[in-house]
Amino acid sequence: MSAVLNQVPAMVAQRPEGVWRAAWKRLRADHVGMGSMAVVLLFILLILFAASGLIAKGWQKEVGVPSAPPTFMGPAPKVESTTIPVPKGPNVDISSVDPLAPRYKEWDERAAKFKSEETVKAETLPFGADRLGRDVLAKATKGTQTSVFVGLMGAAIAALIGTLLGAAAGFFGGKIGDFLEWLYSVFTAMPDILLLLVFAVIFGRGIGSVAIILALVGWTSVYRQVRAEFLKHSTRDYVRSAEAIGASTASRMFRHILPNVSHVILVRMSLLVVAFIKFEVILSYLGLGVGVDDVSWGTMLAESQSELILGYWWQLVAATGFMAVFVTAFSLFTDALRDALDPKLRGLE
Amino acid sequence: MAAYVIRRLLQMIPTLLGVLLLVFLLFKMVGGDPAEILGGLNASAQQINEIRQQLGLNEPWYVQLWIYFKSIVTFDWGRSWATQEAVSSIFATRLPATLTVMLPILVLDTVIALPIAMWVAYRRGSLADRTLMVVTTVALSISFLVYIIIGQYVFGFQLGWFPVQGWSDSLGTNLVTYVPLPLILALMVGVAPQTRLYRTFLLDELGQDYVRTARAKGMTERTVLFSHVLRNALIPIITNVALVLPGVFVGSFLIEVFFSIPGLGREIILAVNRSDYPVIQAVAIYLAMLTMLINLGADILYKLVDPRVVLK
Repeated sequence: MSAVLNQVPAMVAQRPEGVWRAAWKRLRADHVGMGSMAVVLLFILLILFAASGLIAKGWQKEVGVPSAPPTFMGPAPKVESTTIPVPKGPNVDISSVDPLAPRYKEWDERAAKFKSEETVKAETLPFGADRLGRDVLAKATKGTQTSVFVGLMGAAIAALIGTLLGAAAGFFGGKIGDFLEWLYSVFTAMPDILLLLVFAVIFGRGIGSVAIILALVGWTSVYRQVRAEFLKHSTRDYVRSAEAIGASTASRMFRHILPNVSHVILVRMSLLVVAFIKFEVILSYLGLGVGVDDVSWGTMLAESQSELILGYWWQLVAATGFMAVFVTAFSLFTDALRDALDPKLRGLE
Repeated sequence: MAAYVIRRLLQMIPTLLGVLLLVFLLFKMVGGDPAEILGGLNASAQQINEIRQQLGLNEPWYVQLWIYFKSIVTFDWGRSWATQEAVSSIFATRLPATLTVMLPILVLDTVIALPIAMWVAYRRGSLADRTLMVVTTVALSISFLVYIIIGQYVFGFQLGWFPVQGWSDSLGTNLVTYVPLPLILALMVGVAPQTRLYRTFLLDELGQDYVRTARAKGMTERTVLFSHVLRNALIPIITNVALVLPGVFVGSFLIEVFFSIPGLGREIILAVNRSDYPVIQAVAIYLAMLTMLINLGADILYKLVDPRVVLK
């Protein structure tokens, strides 16, 4: 009994719960949040495997017959090959008038030097094949890697730009603040999609440039919020105490304030990921997104439009399915993350 | 009021100058040489030099900036490089088509989403509310592209209810024949997020003290909901409509591309694909102006909706 009593003061003396630990506790209690986090983690694993070449490495190989249907549908019905009927009548020897006749023998000899291997192309594939006979499942996996990477990368860069500028604007204010506010107003003066297109013209195609384009357009929302937080925190007692004991400006900004607002940045960032993935799909569809050698959900959808008219629906379903599952899971996860990290924001957006 | 409007208009000038500078610098620094784009692959060095001369590209950058600035102040946007059509005439001929599609979408989006939002906000936590939230989350996760591809295939191609794409010269035919399909598809995508948003606005208001007071005084639920809550929720709703309104003028790129609607959005995509700088620059600046004017309009509207708002 006394032992138990003795332990109580020790527990009270412990550090108060940190914001991350408390958030983790709240998140753990949220079943939808945990479920969606598991799905997101599965996708991340898939992406890591795809990026390291363990799976979907040969997505560009034409492993099936063109537009091979998914396995459960069985192979496409054989179309009766129409051949020209052999003409009746005696076989006339035309070698005397055929100008190519003398070379036939030479060509046969030369052809015999080359060996052609007959590759067996699959009649059906688990998720079917596209117009060239590429495995749709491998394509969708690789496309997931591209689309999600662009979304995450873009959001990370946007968060970096937004945090640096927002921190400077909120912490220093004055001339720097005015300048950054002006910059913000310039970037928000145009609808996002238009600004995206303007940047897309300039930066060209490719996975890297899409991520940068998205970041250059999307940083403003992070900036807005980080600036507000820094404005609020810079006059708080703990920051002034830090100043009093001689903490440098950079130390106050990034070692004292930043950890206290980082949860806000994380929430903003994950909201951006969803928005960026959707934008990437649209940009790629319009031919302004990832390069011609890359595959993403957007390029798959662009291809599937013409396939659908011919009745080949599987590529559309695969791309849509992967995207719907990931984006739904990520949105739900973001909601749960927001509820856990920033209860004040609950129910907004 | 007049003083406020004038001050706001003056405040737009630095932002607008910033937009000018941003667009100018972007195309100047990173955009590649327009003369080479214009001249095509087979242009000789002399031809390219002539084009440069013609566009004023051989002048120092500050002269170029001045030429650029002058063209904007005088609303003389120049001509499209690709088609030689005057940019002002591109605006004049493409905008009507865009508005014909986009205005019905915006109006119906709001008109449909608001009652649904009121209904579910009023029954917060009920089965209907939760179902709606799940449905909107899933509906939102699918790209608009997919809706258009499937919608066009099913309703246009398979069922033949609507033409797959097309446009005519008469407003009536357009509205009756060509607009419905894009309109329905846009509503399928647009109503869900709007509903979610308006639900939040209404929930905010429903939790306020004045609602309890009104109920305590014995007012009918109808009065509470429609004349108290709705009126107060109008401010964020107006903000939101003002936020999407500038987008109406560029149109939905996807809708116009898919349905072959000769609107501004499709023109912008064409311009982007052809590196047609004058058109892109003009659209960017014109839209920035419009966005700021709409924001000003929204602020003035607040005053009309809510007498407590002080414009300063």
